[in-house]
Amino acid sequence: MKRALLFVTIVFVVALAPVALRGQDSNAPKNDTILIKNATLLTVTHGNIEHGSILIRDGKIAAVGTDVKAPDGATVIDANGQYVTPGIIDCHSHIAIDGGVNEGSVSVSSMANIADVLDPDDLSIYDDLAGGVTVANVLHGSANAIGGQTVVIKLRWGKPASQLPFEGALPGIKFALGENPKRSNFSPPPGIEPRYPATRLGVEETIREAFIEARQYKKDWDDYKQKKAAGNQNLIPPRRDEKLEPLVEVLEGKRYVHSHCYRADEILMLIRVASEFGFKIRTFQHVLEGYKIADEIAASGAGGSTFSDWWAYKMEAFDAIPYNAALMTERGVVVSINSDDAEEARHLNQEAAKSMKYGGLSANDALKLITLNPAIQLGIDNRVGSIEVGKDADLAIFNHDPLSVYAVVQKTLIDGQVYFDRQRDIDMRPALEKEKQDLLAKEKSAAEEKKAEGKAEGKPEKKPDAKKKQPPTGQSNAGGVAGGGL
Amino acid sequence: MSRVISLKSPSFQLIAFCLALSLAFPLWSQPAATVYAIKGAKVYTLAGPAIENGTVVIRDGKIAAVGANIEIPPDAQVIDAAGLEVYPGMFDPVTQIGLNEVGAVSATVDARELGEFNPELIAATAVNPASAHIPVTRASGITEVLAVPGIGGFDSEGGGVITGQASAFNLAGWTMEEMQINRQVAMVINWPSIETRSFDFSTFSFKEKPYAEAKKEYDKSVNELSDWIVRARHYAQAKEKGSPDLFLRDLKLEALVPAVEGKLPVLVVADQARDIRNAVDFCAKQNLKMILASGSESWKVKDLLKEKKIPVILGPTERLPEKQDTPYDKPMTQPAELNAAGIPFAFSSFGTSFSRRLSQYAGTAVGYGLPHDEALKAVMLNAAQIFGLADQLGTLEPGKLANIIVTNGDPLEIQTQVRYLFIKGQLTSTDNRHRDLYEQYRKRPAPTR
Repeated sequence: MKRALLFVTIVFVVALAPVALRGQDSNAPKNDTILIKNATLLTVTHGNIEHGSILIRDGKIAAVGTDVKAPDGATVIDANGQYVTPGIIDCHSHIAIDGGVNEGSVSVSSMANIADVLDPDDLSIYDDLAGGVTVANVLHGSANAIGGQTVVIKLRWGKPASQLPFEGALPGIKFALGENPKRSNFSPPPGIEPRYPATRLGVEETIREAFIEARQYKKDWDDYKQKKAAGNQNLIPPRRDEKLEPLVEVLEGKRYVHSHCYRADEILMLIRVASEFGFKIRTFQHVLEGYKIADEIAASGAGGSTFSDWWAYKMEAFDAIPYNAALMTERGVVVSINSDDAEEARHLNQEAAKSMKYGGLSANDALKLITLNPAIQLGIDNRVGSIEVGKDADLAIFNHDPLSVYAVVQKTLIDGQVYFDRQRDIDMRPALEKEKQDLLAKEKSAAEEKKAEGKAEGKPEKKPDAKKKQPPTGQSNAGGVAGGGL
Repeated sequence: MSRVISLKSPSFQLIAFCLALSLAFPLWSQPAATVYAIKGAKVYTLAGPAIENGTVVIRDGKIAAVGANIEIPPDAQVIDAAGLEVYPGMFDPVTQIGLNEVGAVSATVDARELGEFNPELIAATAVNPASAHIPVTRASGITEVLAVPGIGGFDSEGGGVITGQASAFNLAGWTMEEMQINRQVAMVINWPSIETRSFDFSTFSFKEKPYAEAKKEYDKSVNELSDWIVRARHYAQAKEKGSPDLFLRDLKLEALVPAVEGKLPVLVVADQARDIRNAVDFCAKQNLKMILASGSESWKVKDLLKEKKIPVILGPTERLPEKQDTPYDKPMTQPAELNAAGIPFAFSSFGTSFSRRLSQYAGTAVGYGLPHDEALKAVMLNAAQIFGLADQLGTLEPGKLANIIVTNGDPLEIQTQVRYLFIKGQLTSTDNRHRDLYEQYRKRPAPTR
């Protein structure tokens, strides 16, 4: 919604022109052995290494240090004067979603699964990759107290949807508290009744009710399985319920809860409800008043994934402060800075740097907010989040210190493959422009031919189809618009 | 000879005490000290090369002297700024500050009036001097802004065409009368765009319409706009020549007269290249003094903007490319392109709560090729020039308004802090709602249960 706040209107313009998409990079060279050399390595877990090298083999980091040599046949990336960081992990994203982010018709939409609608052709994947992002926690929207199922992806641009999910990452489910699930800032279309709940009281009740059902459902299945195991033959299994199954997984610790929230009171409410049912909240998302109850969040074991400096776009964001990340960190919460927005994700390094200005985090702690900490929050820190031998070779190469406003991503690697290369992007632009012009010329001549044919046959002139749909322009994005994500 | 205040002298201690007080409370609430000297800093005047170990003297709200060997007046409060840097304050030229407190709460938003043509509305009328956004924004080094009616907000999807007049004001003061620089700096026009698809906030879904219908609506809007301009011209003639007794006053037409006479610039919001071209043609035909606002695709019409001498108030570098075939980095490289083409431009947040990101936008553009000194101008000087306020603002030169920031480093860098802030020559607090909440909750003891 941020973009909507900034701009006059969200405008989608008919494109008469065919497009030659950016991010076409099918000829990227591939090699299983790569050496990045001469760089400043910001390892996050083992300090900074000047003039360091990283050897990558089969998608993993094979060696890190100052005296790592390139084996025969290795592709060498000379990153002299540049900085290498772990790939950036965005703990709250709505990219790569085909269509609606919100199944907003019901207050418990746990049956809906974002993993079913992954769109590998969403250009936002490429745009965010160009900001050094390698992993995104792709979330359902926040229209419901219990929202849809969520999925962690790697930004493997060019790969099919089936290859986007982060292998082995636990799935999640979105919860939401406050103004969005109680629909404070939205009115239903004409003729549609407002949806329950309309208060924070009702939000709590909705969640509790759902878990009472889920607990019963789990018991029914447990009983059934127990009896069956005991040799009881004539049993009718309980009816499957796709709404309750994911909630049972939450109760069993097999699915993470990522809960959208703003106010301190509602955060404490969810901690109480979760503890009543014996599960844990994995992350509080946005958590803009987290600084008020950082001790309680830390004690609950939940992480906090917040914005750098967004505030005042709605009432529950009026006490948001840019010191939130630093203050929660100080009190022992594992904190990440997220984007919730395909554009914001392009400069998460800058957003993390704000925690140094506001609250005085060290450079390494600031960098953790977008690397190791979100990896911990998503339970994937054994694979990503720092530059260590054995971890996935998900890396971003910057031309300056990434916590400087002047840093520009030069290359982004995932699983040891270069998925974004700034120079290659620049080099292919003339070819794309030519392709576009050729297509334009072709369309023009085709239109003229058609016109001539039409005249010859005495048919009325037909206008070319001008209604070719365009995806959101720069003034919009999946997260902001469709999500009600913030 | 000026009296040099030694660090140990009682007078220095008194001054230090006053200074400490002044940082704790907004100084304009105190009997106004009128003379300050900032000394020992690197001074970036933006009117010439940076001055090492420079001094800036402020008297009665204005800059009295700037240089390397300036005598410090005996009555001056001295700020030892050794190791610090001094710049003109930053200017965010398109904001809703004071008009929009909490975006989603319409009771706190006065940014968007009903109706399509509201030239008589002036932003300053409803700018709330007690807005929490004002201290938050100035703490990031922004000393003056324009409030612009008709942009942004949750309920912004309407189609207002002439949305009112933008007002320039300083980000400190008890009342608008004290704060304002110029109540009427530009007439705001949202250039009608041919929209076939628009987002409807009430249903949270997209609405579509056929191209022909959208084009018809566009033509209708432009015709109406044109009609208003013509009527305003006739109105001006009638007012000049007609008998006062027979003359019926019309607030809307009256408000448009300075714009049609070319005395008041029109700030035209447009993004698509086609819309920009249409707007430029229109303004040229109607003899309107156009300033382009937002301008996502300015890079596509550089020659036209250059030829017609149209300055640009650029939207944030933080936006996605306009189209699928636009390079991913175009919003970040565009400022460098406009600069290379010699098109005057200034950065702007086009927001309220994002105003404090102004320096971040400029810094990002430097990363993508804009020279650093040009980026400084684009957040400090250029907007003042574009809106005709450069006689008062934008550089550190004697006679100008003393809107000054003293920083601990490069003002475009994210981690840089504003150490001292002068607005209208008054040492102004950088305290704000966010720092207050931080201090308050940082002191919260461990919870008891």
